[in-house]
Amino acid sequence: MNRARIFVSRDSSARSVGADEVAAALAAEAARRGVGIELVRNGSRGLFWLEPLVEVETDRGRMAYGPVMASGVPQLWDAGFLQGGAHPLQLGLTEEIAFFKNQERLTFARVGLTDPVSLQDYLDHGGYRGLEAALAASPAGIVSAVTQSGLRGRGGAAFPAGIKWQTVLATAADQKYVVCNADEGDSGTFSDRMIMEGDPFVLIEGMTIAGLATGATRGFIYLRCEYPDARAALQAAIAAASQAGYLGGNVRGSGRAFDLEIRLGAGAYICGEETALLESLEGKRGQVRFKPPLPAIQGLFGKPTVINNVITLASVPVILERGADHYRDFGMGRSRGTLPIQLTGNIRHGGLIEKAFGVTLRELLYDYGGGSLSGRPIRAVQVGGPLGAYLPESQFDTPIDYEAFAAIGAMLGHGGIVVFDDTVDMAAQARYAMQFCATESCGKCTPCRIGSTRGVEVIDRLIAGQDPAAQEALLRDLCETMTHGSLCALGGLTPYPVVSALNHFPQDFACNP
Amino acid sequence: MSRQSALRGIPIRTEPQSSLGATERAAVLEVCNRLKVLAGPLIPILHGVQAELGYVPHDALPVIAAELNLTRAEVHGVASFYHYFRKEPAGRRIVYLCRAEACQAVGSRTLEVHARRRLGIDFHQTTADGAVSLEPVYCLGNCALGPSIMIGERLHGRVMPERFDELVADAACGP
Repeated sequence: MNRARIFVSRDSSARSVGADEVAAALAAEAARRGVGIELVRNGSRGLFWLEPLVEVETDRGRMAYGPVMASGVPQLWDAGFLQGGAHPLQLGLTEEIAFFKNQERLTFARVGLTDPVSLQDYLDHGGYRGLEAALAASPAGIVSAVTQSGLRGRGGAAFPAGIKWQTVLATAADQKYVVCNADEGDSGTFSDRMIMEGDPFVLIEGMTIAGLATGATRGFIYLRCEYPDARAALQAAIAAASQAGYLGGNVRGSGRAFDLEIRLGAGAYICGEETALLESLEGKRGQVRFKPPLPAIQGLFGKPTVINNVITLASVPVILERGADHYRDFGMGRSRGTLPIQLTGNIRHGGLIEKAFGVTLRELLYDYGGGSLSGRPIRAVQVGGPLGAYLPESQFDTPIDYEAFAAIGAMLGHGGIVVFDDTVDMAAQARYAMQFCATESCGKCTPCRIGSTRGVEVIDRLIAGQDPAAQEALLRDLCETMTHGSLCALGGLTPYPVVSALNHFPQDFACNP
Repeated sequence: MSRQSALRGIPIRTEPQSSLGATERAAVLEVCNRLKVLAGPLIPILHGVQAELGYVPHDALPVIAAELNLTRAEVHGVASFYHYFRKEPAGRRIVYLCRAEACQAVGSRTLEVHARRRLGIDFHQTTADGAVSLEPVYCLGNCALGPSIMIGERLHGRVMPERFDELVADAACGP
């Protein structure tokens, strides 16, 4: 008889609530009962409220149980879970769980299915087909596919990826670089981390394709140091890819070179801004550069550089594999393809939802998310990280679409949605946004460096009720200056959460002595 | 003026003034020699020094500067820019507590107050017995399962005050 295959995620979120203990308990119980099992530590399916999730391979597909506690493992056995037996924690087939079933997974197609650090598993699940297609195409052909797909930068700025690549391709230089921005610092986001921990080869493949497309022979992954598990998974995957000739001086015998290194950040939020990131990679303070010159022309060490976010690069293999049209056919308007949306904060069913653009916030919050975790009414959501606007219930019908968000003075950013219930104090959230900007400002431009500190002080006076009308006018004026006068998005977008809180929740700023 | 000193040339390379102990100095030099071949080596070297010594001593900066042919000001500027590089030694365990919005939405502001009271220290401080340092962090990427803390390199989710006490007690007892 074949040994039963059991899957317990190695994703750090799953581990944060006991996946390692559950895996150890499963192994111990199997040994105690003398049953041979094959325990696979996969990436997470992204159904985090069900973690630690235990999946068992059955004739009908993977049967899910969760959330499982280590102490509950013997009961699973008694219920015959190896045959998919009934148990209070049994959730049915994983792929039939509505939260999962209704998604459109392109970039995350393999995450949760495979052993992330097994190259063989990656190949068995369609990995490296994009690279094979790229090796058969010309650089201009690869760039054209990326352009045609409509893929826009998933880090937040939503700049068309193909245009960046075309600029690097068209700029002659003795050395070019591909840099992956893996400094995922926005609160409410973890899709980069899930890819890096759950399917690191797809990022490596995407970067290799970017190298082939633009003539870059060296790549760097600038990874935030808060992600040690992602670092380990990437290191293992890079070693395996190099060993098998997918990286190195002669990629798959093509005569083309591509080498990849990981560099660690050091806890500076601003290094998620692409030019600050390049400065940091060069060994300097992470201070924003003036643009122009664009990084695509003078980037890392002054050389033409493709710099894209993890999700952008990880979406490239599927575009090359299935064709630009396949990807472009998802989505709405000028937002093509899918977005890995992260549903977080005070939400019952938090996790990762990869959907075509066009799904509304309300569907995400209630149909997928099941409302707030606390059971209280959802009062506000912040979309797009600490620089994203706070949206009230009246805006929940906004579709996930770059332009629709811009139209209401908000932004999608990296696709993180943070949910707050009605206990939230929006004045405190506005103050926090300014304080965060003050803490993380690189200091290069005055509106951000000084404006954020003054902003905290003005909000404090406003909340304290010291001539509130004048303080509010001053705060709005300051936000105007920061918006238009800052060098980058940190100072330029901090007014989003502040002004949206002020506009939609003015009562929270009123002084209640 | 003695003959010997009159013959002394202008030193091209001065030994940086530094009161770094011999062991630490050797560790810093080893890290520099290992990593200075990298493109843009300074941040990897600072990471390396912190991994070896637990922090980046002020007196290590001139040594690094000399090895990389940078000014002390440049190295100081970089080391002090990044929140992760410590100027002081840490306790035996570092507890990173997430202060970002997704954790706030599920009670991290309460957890912060609890953590400071429980440990008797503020952020960036170490308990008197040297067991635990408390550091703020802005997002650990565990936003669906907050409030989150990281102890060393181990992430913990859904950390309510009681759970915090258990985790910190375990950490403080550890090696």
